[in-house]
Amino acid sequence: MTAIPNGIIIERWTRSSQLALGSVAVALALFAIAPLTLGAGAIDRLTALFIYVILAAMWNALAGFGGLVSVGQQVFFGLGAYFTIRLADAGLNPFLSLFAAALITGAISLPLSFFMLRLKGGEFAIGMWVISALTHMLVNLDRLIQGETGTSLISLNVYESGTRRVVIYWLALASMAALLGILFALLRSRAGAAIQAIRDNEDAATSLGVRVIATKRLLFVLAAFGIAVAGALWLATSTTFQPKTYFSVQWTAYMIFMVLVGGIGKFEGAILGAVLFFVIETFFGAMGVWYLIGLGATAVLFSLFLPHGLWGEIERRFDVRLLPVGYRLKLPGPTKIQWNQ
Amino acid sequence: MIDTLIQGILLGGYYAVIACGLSFMFSVMRIINLAHGSLAVAAAYGLWLLASRFGISPFAGLLIVLPAMAAIGWLLQRYLLERSARGGALLPILTTFGLAIVIDNLMFEQFGADTRSLAPFIGSLSYDSWELPGGIYVGKLAVMTMATAIALLGGLQLFLSRFALGRAIRATAEDPDTAGLVGIDARKANALAAAIAMVTVGIAGAFLAMRATFDPYSGGPQLLFAFEAAVIGGAGSLWGTLIGGIVLGLAQSLGAKVHPQGFLIGGHVVFLAVLFARLFLVGTPIIGRIGFTKTGFAKIRAAIRSTP
Repeated sequence: MTAIPNGIIIERWTRSSQLALGSVAVALALFAIAPLTLGAGAIDRLTALFIYVILAAMWNALAGFGGLVSVGQQVFFGLGAYFTIRLADAGLNPFLSLFAAALITGAISLPLSFFMLRLKGGEFAIGMWVISALTHMLVNLDRLIQGETGTSLISLNVYESGTRRVVIYWLALASMAALLGILFALLRSRAGAAIQAIRDNEDAATSLGVRVIATKRLLFVLAAFGIAVAGALWLATSTTFQPKTYFSVQWTAYMIFMVLVGGIGKFEGAILGAVLFFVIETFFGAMGVWYLIGLGATAVLFSLFLPHGLWGEIERRFDVRLLPVGYRLKLPGPTKIQWNQ
Repeated sequence: MIDTLIQGILLGGYYAVIACGLSFMFSVMRIINLAHGSLAVAAAYGLWLLASRFGISPFAGLLIVLPAMAAIGWLLQRYLLERSARGGALLPILTTFGLAIVIDNLMFEQFGADTRSLAPFIGSLSYDSWELPGGIYVGKLAVMTMATAIALLGGLQLFLSRFALGRAIRATAEDPDTAGLVGIDARKANALAAAIAMVTVGIAGAFLAMRATFDPYSGGPQLLFAFEAAVIGGAGSLWGTLIGGIVLGLAQSLGAKVHPQGFLIGGHVVFLAVLFARLFLVGTPIIGRIGFTKTGFAKIRAAIRSTP
């Protein structure tokens, strides 16, 4: 808390946000020891939840903070899984392959960014979809994958299934915590100030000397890496790799749903959205096609009537910041304005 | 070889038809409608339903489906796009993407996973062909598609340049506020433009269903084809869209000749190559604006800006 003359206070950490960070730490610790008491089914479901949180946070980083809406993020999900298969086939330990594959995907996204970031708005959105469709076709050409028949991560079979499940669970938990931590730290750093300036007004940010393209590139590569981690972890839980399932636009649909409902451009929003999506999927996932119609319709309604999502609404109504990435300004007297608005 | 080239060029006619609505809407409202392909497939299902259930020929069916598409376009603009465009440039992408998911899955729920086609309902047209000298056959349907593409693009160009309503749409696209000053209702002009775009989408759906098969999830690929043709065509006139469609059709036909999976790969690769060349060598915007000359409003506005 910094006090400047006239009684104006700039604050970042509030009591509620300190409490929130504490609860996050406790929750992570509880999740870490949870496999001791949980059954196999529950462990698998929680692993899926962690993967959803990664997907939502990464898509939010790109769209919510970088202003880059992509409908082709499944390309990184698919590549993360594909390179895992390839590396494991070459003899690398399957668990190591997961992260090596994500690193390779992240590295590929860097040259791609020089090309794609020149596109704007909807052009970028569909352009990414084209990239994903092309990559899908090219992966199909790999003889190891056997076209749409697919293949599986056989080298995981040397581990006993109980051990394997818990290890994947811990890896997913650790990946989620690490990626959220990186994003949180990034948003609070100097680059984070630039990112949030771009989110709020790109032209104004440019005129203040923010290096817009470099900042967006950082987010693009981070999102590619994070989503590749998610894809590789998904492969580890399901073991089979069918290109059609991994390069499906459905993954992007899920990411968009989670972020729109949770709150686009809000750090906490993506997490809230992922948890909601997880709950909805658990209860309604069996409804098949009506479930998907419901997801699409909800996304449309949120974009029309509640574009800042549930978290945006909670912030506005109750004036809370749990995991603050911005600052806020407290004026003396009854009016309270917020830094970000 | 010549045969492949001719088939590729004629295939381009279909891509021009499906692309023209996409780039038209982008030109006027600066919105890329991600439900574009799904709406074309929805129109195809409409025609299929009329043909299979009520025995209405697809060509007569268009008399019902096209007005319905126009109404859908009007409603889409009034109740969805207009509202979401107020929330910034990114929201319409999300709204129309959500809409595409709803449409695709509703169609799946209603019609199941079976692939359908209008080919059984158009008699011999689906396989009739003319023989050209040199033993080359061209499908009558493919020629008809190309002729429709040319007529559609020409008609649209004529409408935008010669008719008051067309000029109102162009004026709104250039500058809605100034258009408002001279008595043009921007909301009406945009809704009209969306209705026109959806009519072209309906026509595209008809050709999609007559020349090939479709299923509830065909919308995504059709959106990509439309987008690719629009981007390749770029240059800023409706005829660019035709060229874009032909280049895409050629790339796919030649790709298919090279490799069994080369059809889609060829199209995507040529699209990216054109995009790359345009971004790095020429540096012009990637989707041109249809029917708008570089002079006109832009010049006037530039003149106003430079006046101290």
